[in-house]
Amino acid sequence: MSVSETFVRYRRTLSEEPLAIGVILVALWMVWSLVTGLASGGIQISSLASLVWDGLLRGLIIGLAGIGLSMTYSILNFANFAHGDYLTSGAFAGMGASYLIAGIGENSVGALLLVGAGGSVFGGALGIGVTTAPIAVVLGALVAGVAAIVLALAIDRFVYRPIRDESGIALLITSIGVAFALRYLLQFVYGAGVRGTTAAGSVPRINVPAIDGTFRVTAHDISLIVVAAGLMLGVHLLLQRTKLGKAMRAMSDNEDLARITGIPTEQVIRTTWIVGAGLTGVAGYMFVLWKGTLGFNDGWLLLLLVFAAVILGGIGSIYGAIGGGIIIGLTASVSVIWIPSEFGRAAAFMVMIVILLFKPEGIFSGRTTA
Amino acid sequence: MSTSDLRGRFEGLFERDVTLVLAVLGALYLAYILAGVAFGYGLRGQLNSIANLTFYVGVFGMMALALNLHWGYTGLFNIGIVGFMGIGIYVTALVSKPPVGDGAAQVGGFGLPLFVGVIAGVVIAGLFGLLVALPALRLRADYLAIVTVAFSEIVRFTMMSRTFQTFTVPDTIDLWVVSFDPAADTVGLGGGGGLILNYTNPLEALLRALFLWDPYLGFVSFVEASVIPNNPKPVLDGLLYGVVLIVGVGLFYLLLSRTGKSPFGRVLKAIREDEDVANALGKDTDRFKLTAFVLGAALMGLGGILWYSGRGSITPPSFRPNITFFIWIALIIGGAGSNTGSFLGGAIFAGVLYEGPRYFKNLVETAFELGDAPRNFGEAMAGFASLDPMPFVLYTLDSVSQLRLVIMGVVLIWLMHNRPEGLLGHRKETASSVDLARPGGGGSTGNPAAADGGDER
Repeated sequence: MSVSETFVRYRRTLSEEPLAIGVILVALWMVWSLVTGLASGGIQISSLASLVWDGLLRGLIIGLAGIGLSMTYSILNFANFAHGDYLTSGAFAGMGASYLIAGIGENSVGALLLVGAGGSVFGGALGIGVTTAPIAVVLGALVAGVAAIVLALAIDRFVYRPIRDESGIALLITSIGVAFALRYLLQFVYGAGVRGTTAAGSVPRINVPAIDGTFRVTAHDISLIVVAAGLMLGVHLLLQRTKLGKAMRAMSDNEDLARITGIPTEQVIRTTWIVGAGLTGVAGYMFVLWKGTLGFNDGWLLLLLVFAAVILGGIGSIYGAIGGGIIIGLTASVSVIWIPSEFGRAAAFMVMIVILLFKPEGIFSGRTTA
Repeated sequence: MSTSDLRGRFEGLFERDVTLVLAVLGALYLAYILAGVAFGYGLRGQLNSIANLTFYVGVFGMMALALNLHWGYTGLFNIGIVGFMGIGIYVTALVSKPPVGDGAAQVGGFGLPLFVGVIAGVVIAGLFGLLVALPALRLRADYLAIVTVAFSEIVRFTMMSRTFQTFTVPDTIDLWVVSFDPAADTVGLGGGGGLILNYTNPLEALLRALFLWDPYLGFVSFVEASVIPNNPKPVLDGLLYGVVLIVGVGLFYLLLSRTGKSPFGRVLKAIREDEDVANALGKDTDRFKLTAFVLGAALMGLGGILWYSGRGSITPPSFRPNITFFIWIALIIGGAGSNTGSFLGGAIFAGVLYEGPRYFKNLVETAFELGDAPRNFGEAMAGFASLDPMPFVLYTLDSVSQLRLVIMGVVLIWLMHNRPEGLLGHRKETASSVDLARPGGGGSTGNPAAADGGDER
């Protein structure tokens, strides 16, 4: 495309889309206020770095959870509103396992498995942390993944499979029912209280120097990055090296055609749930380990951000989910430079809405499922 | 007369809306009155219980009707209902709360009459509907869902935010040529603490407007003298507010039925069935969808005002998306697309799923002498070690307020599996103005009810 053509296209977009002008003006204002803030010292570079670091980690969790949501969204063709509660379920199961391993012998098994429901055991006292109880953390993450997989497969078998051929909206409504039942069963079993889960004081931390100060990096930040990057690489290899990725693409394009071609569609769906739910469970566990608290609402509160990430990246694209997750995480964290901190999540939603308006197929579109 | 004849007649009776609605409401009220008898309620307790049931039947019926305009008629998947409700009541509060001076501890309002506040609330809710709909209506149904729920969350963040907690109103406002001095100095959304609704009691305002306030007070003192000796006013207020809500439901119903039958409504139904066809027939579908969305959003704002205006205060946690999903479950129980169904769904949801579990718990507690419930699930399960299920049963009863949401979820799943059209969804009105069912049954288009000899509209 020549330069003049591009120019003409953009000029036409501007005249037809008054909203676009607004978005561009807002973006210009943001850049301007950031630059002047940095220049005048109103915004410290170290605090900016700290926000970026926080947003990146948040984004990795959102991206990890988003891969599963994106895959089921494109293959089963419905927005799974219960996805956030899969994440919470995995986190509770995994934390229960971690508590059990770290605290067996001194506390009752029931209290440990219930992640100290009602204040019977405290994670801080058990010394949950990646350096203080590494085996408990690793096994806990595995249990979280497995629990989410078992849950997702069971729910698929009894809830989604009987109505597989219904419209996406019918499935979406059903998933709202699943989300309700799951979330409040979690509350029934584990209690409504938000509990601290880690020995926050004893997590090793270093202060990374930035130009005019430092920002803090903890061992849990590092473990989150390692786990997230490893799993994302694993999914990339799985989809590149096996036929699964191709089968998934075929199914998301046209399920009937895929079945005629000999693709075992039910098996692909099962594999998708296994991969997606496993990642979601681990994401939930790492999220809880990283932020150090756990409540029955955590996954639901994260879900809309995950949706934003998936839509931003383009439904069905795992790279889109990762990239979208990081953008959404950064938006939610860094936006507090420009707007009051209560609106961080609102800013992330606004980014999603803007993307839906201008590029509803997502910014990484055309590259679905690996 | 054979039994099948009788049955047919019986079913024919239930095909009439009035009978059906009265039968369902009658069953609900009877169940609640019987439960009240079991609890040993006196007249006062019974009336309170009835007023409470009527309130929830009214608000859920009303909200389900408003949602029916979006989903049942037009096929717009709006899960941001609670956002519009919140906007309605917050604007009403802001406009009608009495003003406070500088330096007052609490947040004031503009002190305008309540009816101005209600109108403002409805209009602003509609305007926000327009704001959401203008960009979002181009989107696919599931994207619209996510955008609307994100919108309702943004509304809640705004209510909670410290930024909008208080504003200082300038002492003089110059509007071009007019310049006036508002009494209000500090207004705002109140932040996490919410707003105290210290305007005129809405019931009093309504009755005063109808010149019925003094007769009502007379009636209250009559009741006090003869039936309920001490302070019957709160009970009667509750009952009367329930009546006001039911009248509101009736008005919603009339408005929506008229809308549905109008040419405008037929285009909406055509959009629901196939937007491209409606477009090809020369209808500006975007415009119709926009109007329908704004009208529905305004009705949701009105519903929110009627729901919360009688409360002493409003706080942001009341406006979580759960309320939205409650209304959706109500609509799906009743059957999207049918106004009678919407109201029935709202009534059944309110009576059985929303308030029912609590009554069930109270019934069990009245019937059996039960000890204290265990504090957590671990203690509840500990009983099974000695083969004693009682701790678990007690814990389950004690957690009934959480478990009712589990029940709602399961009911929703069950409905989507077994009866996605709900109670009356088979009567979903077609986009046509004439009856498409052929006489003599059989080949009907778009009216599956006719195939099984059901209701032909």
